[in-house]
This record gives sequence, structure tokens and C-alpha cells, in this order.
Amino acid sequence: MPKIHIDGRSYDVAPGQNLLEACLGLGFHLPFFCWHPAMGSVGACRQCAIKHFKDEADAKANGGRLVMSCMTAAEEGIRISVDDPQVVAFRASIIEGMMLHHPHDCPVCDEGGHCHLQDMTVMTGHNYRRYRFSKRTFRNQYLGPLINHEMNRCIQCYRCVRYYREYAGGADFNAFGISDHVFFGRERDGVLENEFAGNLVEVCPTGVFTDATLKQHYTRKWDLRWTPSVCPHCALGCNTSPGERYGTVRAVFNRYNSAVNGYFLCDRGRFGYEYLSSPERVTLARQRRDGVRADLTPEAALAQLTQAAAGVAADPPGRWIGIGSPRASMESNFALRQLVGAERFFAGVEAHEWELDTRIAAILRQGAVHSPSLGEVERCDAALVLGEDLTQTAARMALSLRQAMRQQPLREICDPLKIPHWLDHAAREAIQGEHGPLFLATTAATKLDDIATHTWRAAPDDVARLGYAVAAALNLDQDTAGTVTAEWRAAAAEVADALLAAERPLIVTGVSSGNRGQIEAALAIAAALAVRGKHPAVSFVLPECNTLGLALLGARPLPEGMDMVRFGLAHGAIVVENDLFRRAPAEEAKAFLAQLDQHGGHLVVLDQIRHATADAAELLLPAAGVTEGSGTLISSEGRAQRFFTVAAPTPNRAESWSWLEAAQGHTPALDDMVAQLCALVPELEPLRQAAPPATLRLAGQKVARETHRFSGRTSIDAAIEVSEPKPPVDPDAPLSFTMEGYAAQPPAALIPYFWSPGWNSPQAQLPYQQRINAPLRGGDAGVRLLEQVAGSQFPCAGEPPPRFEPKAGRWLIIRLYHLFGSEVLSGLGRAVGSLAPDAYVALNPADAERAGLKEGDAVRVEPDGRRGYQVPLRLLPELPVGVAGVPAGFAALDGAGLPHWGTVTAEAPHA
Amino acid sequence: MADALTHPLTFNLPPDGSMLALDAYRAGGGYQGLEAARATAPAAITEQVKASNLRGRGGAGFPTGLKWSVLPMGPSARRPKYIVVNADEMEPGTFKDRLLMEQNPHLLLEGIAICARAVEAEMAYIFLRGEYTLAATRLRQAITEAEAAGWTEGFRLHLHTSAGRYMCGEETGMLNALEGKRANPRTKPPYPGISGLWGKPTVVNNVETLCNVPGILAHGVDWYRGLGRTADGGTKLYGVSGRVQHPGLWELPMGTTVGEILDLAGGMRPGLKLRGLLPGGASTEFLTPEHLNVAMDFSAVQKAGSRMGTGTMIVLDDQACPVGMTANLTHFFARESCGWCTPCWSGLGWADRILQAMERGEGNPGNIEKLEFLTGFWGPGATFCALAPGAAEPLLSAVKYFRADFERHIVEHRCPYEGWDA
Repeated sequence: MPKIHIDGRSYDVAPGQNLLEACLGLGFHLPFFCWHPAMGSVGACRQCAIKHFKDEADAKANGGRLVMSCMTAAEEGIRISVDDPQVVAFRASIIEGMMLHHPHDCPVCDEGGHCHLQDMTVMTGHNYRRYRFSKRTFRNQYLGPLINHEMNRCIQCYRCVRYYREYAGGADFNAFGISDHVFFGRERDGVLENEFAGNLVEVCPTGVFTDATLKQHYTRKWDLRWTPSVCPHCALGCNTSPGERYGTVRAVFNRYNSAVNGYFLCDRGRFGYEYLSSPERVTLARQRRDGVRADLTPEAALAQLTQAAAGVAADPPGRWIGIGSPRASMESNFALRQLVGAERFFAGVEAHEWELDTRIAAILRQGAVHSPSLGEVERCDAALVLGEDLTQTAARMALSLRQAMRQQPLREICDPLKIPHWLDHAAREAIQGEHGPLFLATTAATKLDDIATHTWRAAPDDVARLGYAVAAALNLDQDTAGTVTAEWRAAAAEVADALLAAERPLIVTGVSSGNRGQIEAALAIAAALAVRGKHPAVSFVLPECNTLGLALLGARPLPEGMDMVRFGLAHGAIVVENDLFRRAPAEEAKAFLAQLDQHGGHLVVLDQIRHATADAAELLLPAAGVTEGSGTLISSEGRAQRFFTVAAPTPNRAESWSWLEAAQGHTPALDDMVAQLCALVPELEPLRQAAPPATLRLAGQKVARETHRFSGRTSIDAAIEVSEPKPPVDPDAPLSFTMEGYAAQPPAALIPYFWSPGWNSPQAQLPYQQRINAPLRGGDAGVRLLEQVAGSQFPCAGEPPPRFEPKAGRWLIIRLYHLFGSEVLSGLGRAVGSLAPDAYVALNPADAERAGLKEGDAVRVEPDGRRGYQVPLRLLPELPVGVAGVPAGFAALDGAGLPHWGTVTAEAPHA
Repeated sequence: MADALTHPLTFNLPPDGSMLALDAYRAGGGYQGLEAARATAPAAITEQVKASNLRGRGGAGFPTGLKWSVLPMGPSARRPKYIVVNADEMEPGTFKDRLLMEQNPHLLLEGIAICARAVEAEMAYIFLRGEYTLAATRLRQAITEAEAAGWTEGFRLHLHTSAGRYMCGEETGMLNALEGKRANPRTKPPYPGISGLWGKPTVVNNVETLCNVPGILAHGVDWYRGLGRTADGGTKLYGVSGRVQHPGLWELPMGTTVGEILDLAGGMRPGLKLRGLLPGGASTEFLTPEHLNVAMDFSAVQKAGSRMGTGTMIVLDDQACPVGMTANLTHFFARESCGWCTPCWSGLGWADRILQAMERGEGNPGNIEKLEFLTGFWGPGATFCALAPGAAEPLLSAVKYFRADFERHIVEHRCPYEGWDA
């Protein structure tokens, strides 16, 4: 561990850091702009200047020279000064230089109050404007509904363009012009194309790029009430901090977790929260009697639910069924399972997908496979992706993989040249376009293709066959799988060699292709690598925030539950946070509801959003979802993470588990639910550690959700009630809904927002870390449930599927994924919804030509045995012949059990 | 009489300004240096260049042989290795490389070929200032001739014409520009010899520098060192611009004095007196008439408080406004800042606006101190590259030598040289 000397005092620091990182990690208030913990140093802003002394004598003689701390390695014995008057003055003059053209618009700037430029200006002491000339000005651009552009505020730190192009791989954004009028934006107005553009909001140290959704209902950071939450919009479990005021969520910020999302979210995760304010929200309980709908008071609703719950208990067993949900918490699914009984608890998941979900859960449970965290994905040095369009299905993982593919060139090119990895541009210039081995076998093009060593486009079965061929190549086993997948032999050899040569190989697959063979093939590859002495990681991408949790909890397949109603074995159903029309073919869902109705049966639905199932419910209850409720989710990594509500409780909204508990006469308590769950499902026991219990007090206090500068505390509700109401209490969290609370750093799972004296911007995440880029002090949030077990056997990996054969006039209809639109909740948001594609069916141009179809034609896509729908035709050249794609999230076909054979025909012109 | 042994760069240039074609170049002993190099081991070539004391003619004066010797050699070296010729002659007042490329392009090509052999480079680029269209035409012709005659054997030679920006002349900004990126300077270290063009080992040399190499190989190190009057070997193309009788360019022994060079330019035009001069392009500090005896070489000019730079001086007379001249230069530097580091993009713009205001009669008390503060802002280690420190040199020295003029601009609220013929 190097010892460094700062202003005459000695410190031990971690090896491999630069001086800025070392100083920040030691708690020095050293200002910076262009350096970013995830992006390293480029030396542009010159803000982090320090004095560097040759030796002790030089330091004593007050010699030394000015250097940039971010560009200088924290090597053993180095002597520096942070407080030297010359460098202090220099740092103030840098801010003065940046402020020449910066508008004095803090009071009307969205960044005000969480602005790094404000913090740094205060830190350096610059406070008087000496520049008397005109400021340079720019024309702003329309960058889409997510991000606002205000270029006059730019201080030319280059963070945005480095992030967008170099880190996130975007192309439609650049720096234009020179001198003091460099423009950062697009070549022309238009929606930013990169799926991670939203991070510009936090990357930009000032108010050039701000959250356009926050602008719709703007509130200062200090006036928001925050909470530790988890993103509900995919299965990766990124940690978030939603901020709320006056009962509405206003914005979502990144919540640092070194093992998961680090500093960045995807745009679905950041902006998807707007669904909470959607007109489709269920805000009041409602009953439907004889076709007439009526709103219910919370008390009346609870009374009806209590009646239903009593019915569940009183009836002969089996008369009620429960349908759980992969987007509901562990506690909500568990509460329903407890109510109806495990035998009558069904997974609200499309049957074919459920088979894959449970298979993955079984594989992970067995312990042979190592499921990596996103942090580990980012450090892998070779990867094979089977069937997942990661940027659309597990976006944050795609961003991690993009960084991972720098690992090998950094090691092989930069290390011998002694270029530190944090010396970002020097490293990038040395590496140039080199990437580590990344192999993508998918059915359509992906947004990682640009860094792939090799891409293959094939039907799902053929992707699986490639996977099997890789396993065969690793097994040196040409006679079994090798012969049946002979078409992939050359490709497989290339992949096998790269995986074998890697230090940390990774295989990624998942359920989005709906292909069992891909999952088995990934397993076969992992098993073969293990035999060859490697320690591969396998990432199984699952679709929803608690898919793995539901699969680990266990539930019967949905069709069996629907059959119980069909055959008259059940006459009541409680559906938690689910729309059956997305989980079963539309006509079956419809029949299910009709049968319930016919038999005088009952349908109780608890959900946040309205949909066809909710509309059919006899009793509909407003459920609190992730952001406005509390509970636990299990990410696809197998990490259990607790989320706590940002919103104060209201009688008209409660978690599904809370409604169900209350209906049984219990006092709902999250910790009780967790305790029961862990008692009944012992393998979930570690989940208890996902966050401290509600009884925790730090120095006798809870942790405050509101900032200490929160305004209007005594008057915020004055329009409703003049007297200051008693602050609401959260029985489920050691968090208060007020400004009062523990002021120091709480455990990671309880950090509602990051703030540190002098650090109001997102850079306030840094003082919470053990050292820069390390876990938060006290450890990152969440607990891993499924660790690899030494010596455990790889579950049998099956046989390759037969080769895909196109069929004349028919197509294998598959789902194509879109970050915006393929996930139900975020798709209801105003901005994200506006970016979702309209329904379509995509064909290979050759297929379309044979069928006499052209781009834009109205066609009917009809899976065999299912209803057909009219949609416009899109041509997608990379789609394999014989395969048709429809967008996932297209409600009409979500439950159709794709992939499924069917037809695409010209829609007859209207008679 | 000028000959190959006294004026190796220019002795046989056609007086009509046309290009010295291959035959004529050969007749004057051309490509003998390369022939000698081909008979010499690569490392020995570099040793000769080192021993010759040849220092970079682009302005910084870095020892050329030392630069070459940094490149990794042998089978383990990362390849391809590159040579990039800095022909982006954008320094105000500098036009020496233009002469060489327009009239003696084969001399440059021979220098490149010797360098390619010395460092085992597979690829060479000439990065040419975009406005030098005549040089481009003639270089293309020379490349075609040289290729046909086998003088570029062992490496490939490309001419790249720049889209134009002062920053492209900074060696690493040039590498970025060649790669199709913004011409921002690169982090150093690593130096281009380790990680240069496309991340590979690269030699970046100025045109005039490489033109000195053939003679060293053909006539030997001792001859070369004997050419100069001082420790810095060889000859130098010295230029004079400004209101002198005969502005122009001369090949003279390294270390010829400022006064001798001015004499060759015929002295000042009638009625004008020498006030000061920038010895080596715009980004050097002013010298004054007291410096006429200073030898124009790297160390002597430095001792006098300036830099030899490109060796092409810009002369200021007593009827031109020193503030106006400084304002003009600062405006150029401010405009050409690449926008990368704050002291440069922000500070230069500020200094520019102050100087323009002074010239308009809108100077304020405190402006001079502000300019001094800003030049301090561009001090050692403060900026990312040498552009702003280079801009500070004429500005700071102008304030030092012509402070009274700056003060008059402020006190009189006008330029006292109003009506001077710029």
C-alpha cells in the first residue's frame, strides 16, 4: 500500500489510484470537473491542481510544481500539497474562467441545489465577477422528451461527450466548434438515440443536460422526499432514489451500488417512473356488481376483501385460487400464497416463459453455476451472448459489457506500456478500436454489435445449436453434439478458444428468445469450461423485477389455475399485480373471466394500473408498487434487495401484501412477512439481511427521508389543513417521513439520497464510498441468495434442438424487444410511452418479397390457433428467413406464447 | 558560392521557383544519403543523427536522434510503426517548410525514407497544411517519381492535406486529426514514440528537420556539426517578415546573429526604426534592438529571454502599435484554441477581449494587471499543451517592453498609433 505525503502528513492509500482519487478517498475537498469516477482522467478542466514536490527538501523549501492530481499517480513516497497558496489561487482562477460565460441563472436553473459547479465554486471561494464582456451564447436543441438542453450553461468539461460516445457507445452526439464556443449536442435537433442518454443529467456537472420529465413538475432536490428503492422496470435490480413531493414522484436518481448499477441507470429505469402519474393508475378501490362500477371507500374495500378472504378460508379447499406476479414483491406473492395455499397459488407468467424461469431458478439453486453481479460482468474479459438483445432486455448489463470488453486490451496493450487504466484518453488512444472477445448470437441486430468480435443472426433454435457446438468444441467431443451442430463448427471453435483464453469468461442468455435450448446450451458451455479448469460466470437474463423471486418462491403454472376455473374446481380468483391478458392467449384469458362470471364466481384484483383484468374485477384494490410501497425483490443475479416507499401512507393505497394481511385481521408489518417467508422457505433466509429491520435506530433515531433543507414542513398541507398534521409514520422501515433523523451515513440499504457537507450534486455519492469506486462504507445494499456451491454437479444439459427449417408461407413469430415499450409499467409513462414503437410485424425483405409484401403494408399476423391482428409491416434485413418479429409489449400478443408458428398475410382491403 | 556542402537544403533550388524534379535532385547528389543509410544498420543511423546534434526545427528544438531512439525496435515492437511529418505550417510569420516542399520535395522524401529505415517504420504520412495546394501538387509528383524509382521501398508514404486548424500542428493534435478525431492534444506521457498514431510507435518530425537528415548521412556527422557556428549543428532556414526592405528566407549557418539576418533583409524600410521582433514565429517572446548580437540558435535565444522557435522572425517597427500587434496575435491564439483546457479556452478569450477593447479605446485601469494575471494562468503545468503558454510569450513580453504603450491606450482612451498601416 503506497504511503503518500499531503501537506506534511502521511497517508496510506490503495495502490493503482491517481492523486485525485486518493485525496477524495481521504476526505480532502479537492475540486474537479472532467474527472469522473467511472470514466477516469483526461486533464481537461485543470480544476484539481495541486503542488508536487520533488522530495522532502523541495517541500521544505516551498518549491514544487503545479500538476493535475487526476493525471498523477499516487505512487509510494510522493509529496504533494493541496493547501499551497499558489494552487489554491490557481483553482479559484479556473472556476473564474469557467464562470466567464456561465449564466447567473441559478434561481431558475433546474440544476440549482444539486449542481456540482455550484459546489465547486463555493469550495474554491470564487465569488466576484471580473469579466466585463459579453458572454457567448448558443442555440439549444430539442433532444427528445427525456433530456433538456441549455448550452449557455456549459463549462466545456467534456464529460458529456466522453460519456455518451466513449463510455456508452453513442454516435449521435458530439463536440462541435473550438475555442470558448464548443457546442455539445447533436448534428441537428432530434431525440438522443442512446439508451443511456439519461445519465447525462447526472454526468453533466451543471445544468446543460437536465431531466425533462422533472421539468414537468419541477422541485428542488432539497425539497424532495427521497427513499432507497430498486428499479422495477427490468430484472437487474438497479438501485434508485426516487424523489417525491405533494404526493407525486418527480424524478429518479441513481443510487450507487458498486456491485450493481454503479453510477448509471438506463433510460427506462430513470424515466419510467412517470407511469405513477399515468391516467391508468388505480387510485381508488372499486367494485363491479351486475356490470355497474362504483368507487369504494378504503374501509368498504377492506370489508369486501375481508369477506373474500373469509371465503377463501371457509370454502372447501380449492374453491379460490391466487395468481401471483413477477412484478410484485416477494412479500405480496408470499401473502397471496399464504392466503390461498401453496397448491392453489399460480404464477402469473405466460406458461412457456414460466417453464424457462423455473428451469433457471433450478439451475441457480443447484449451485453449480456462478451468477455474476453486474460489477463482475463489467470485469469479465470474454463473453458469449446467446439470444439476448441486452440493450433492450437488460440494458444496464449491456453498458457493463461494453466496459468489460476493454478489459483485455487494457491488460494486453496498456499494461506493458505502463499506461494506467484511469488515464482514460491515453488508454483509449493506445487501445484504439480493440475489444475483448465478445460473441453475439441473436435473432436480430443489437446495439452491442459495434464492439462484437463476431455476430451471428439465427433463429432461436439455431442460436441454441451454436451454443451446443461451443460446448462440444470445449469438450473436444466431436461425435455427439458436434456432429449434429456441424454447421457451427468453425464459429464454435473461435468462441471456445476465446473463452478458454479468458481469465473471467462470461456466458449470457435468458428467456427473451423463449428458447429452452439456449439456456441448456449455456449450461453445457459452463460445464465444459469448468471441466477445462475455468471458472465461468453465467448470467441468466430474466424479464421482470421479481421473476426470479417468484420462481424461487414456487408457484404452479398458470394454465393449471385457469383450468381449475374452467372445470369448476374454483370459483374465485385473487390476482395480484397482473393482467392475465399479457400472460395467456387473449381468448383464453377472456374465457377465464367469462367462466368466473358465469359461475357466479369472484375476481379480486390488486394492482397499481388498470388493464383488461382489472376492469373485469368484482373488487379492484389500489396496490402500491415498488416506488410507493415497501418489500423485497430478487434480481436476476439472485440478489435480494429491499425497497421502501417514498410516499407517505394513504388509506387509498397499500402494498398487496398489506391489503391481504389486513383482510385476514393481521396488523400488516413488513418484517413479519419477511420472517414468515424465511421460516417457510429456508433457502430464502438470507433475504432477511437485505435491509435492517424497522426497529433499527441509529443514535436513537430513524433515517430521514427528507433533506435537512426541506421547505414548507409546517405549511405544505396548509391548503388542506391549516394545523400542522402529525408526521406520518412508516411501520415498515427505520426511515422517517420527516427532516429529522440520523445525520451520518446509514447502512447502504437505508440511504434515501446522497448528500454530504459541500457536496449537493450526484458526486455526493463519492464521500459514501470506502474509497473511490469501492463499495459503500458498511457494504453495498442487497444480499446474494444463490452462491456457487463447490463440488456441485452441473444439471444435465439436454440435447440440441433440431435445426430451424423455414416453412413456406408460414413464419416462426418471435418477440423483438424495445427498451421503451416492452415493459408494461414504464410504457404507461408519458415520455417513455411516447418513445415506444407502435405495433408492427417485421420480416426479412426476401420473405416479404416472396409473399408480395412491402414495407408499411397492412398485414395480419396470426399465430396458429390464436386471434390475428392487423399491423403494419416492417422490413428487417438481419432477421433470418422464416422468422417474423413482433414487438414485446404489444399487449395483444404478449400472452400468445411466442415464439409460435403462424402466418403473416396481406390484409384484405376494406370491402 | 552556395553548394551542397554549404547550403544543403537550398543550394540547387531553381531560381524561377519551380520544383527540383527527381533528375535534377539526383544530379545534385540527391538520395545519396538514403543510399548511405541503406548500407547502414538502423540503430547506427539513429546514432549518427544523435551525434549530429540535429534538433527539431518545428520550434521546440527536441534532439531528433533522441526522439527516434525512443521507438521500440526489433521483432517484439508493436507494428506498424509510423512516421508523421508535421507539414502543417500554421505558425504566424512562418513559411520555411513551404519553400522546401514547393521547391525541394525530394529532399523531404529522402529524409523520410532514411527515418523509416532508422526506426523500421512501415508507414509515413505527410500532414500538410490545407492551404499549401502548390506544395501538395509538387509533393504528389515527387512521391510518384520516388515510388517509381524505388526510393520509398520498405514503407508506404501518404500525403494527407489538413482541413486546417492551428492545433493540428501540435504533434498529438495532429495524430488525432489524422485519425479523424478532433485535433485536441493528447495526454503525454505516453509520448508518440510509445503510443502514437493509431496507438502505435510513431515519430513526428518537422519538414525542415527531416530535410537535414540526408546531408548527415551523405556527408557525415563532423561535416554537419561543422556547418553551424554553435553547438547546434547544421544550417537553418531563417526568415524575416514585417516592414523591412526585403522580407524573405535564407539558409544560413545555425547561430547566425539576429542583426546579420536583418541585414540580409535590407534593414528597416526608410523612415522606420526597429522596435522589437519575435524571433521564431508568433509564440515567442519579443526581443529588442539590444539583442541584435544574439546568435539565433536554441540556447542563445533562450538566454536572451525568448525562444528561437521556427527561426522566422516578425519585425515590429516604431510606427506600428505594439498593443495592436499583440491584440492581433492573441486574437489568433484565442480563435485557434482547441477548447480543451480551461486556462486556454477561457483565458485566451478574455485576454483577446481586453486587448481588443484597449485598441478601441475602451481599456480600463487594471487591464494590464489582468493581462499579467492571465499569462500567469498559462504558466508551466497549468495548461494541457503548449498553445496557451506560447500565446503568453508575446503578450507577457509586450507588456514588459512596451508597457508605456499599453498605459497610453488606457489613459488616452484611444490607440495612439491610430491610422497606422497594419
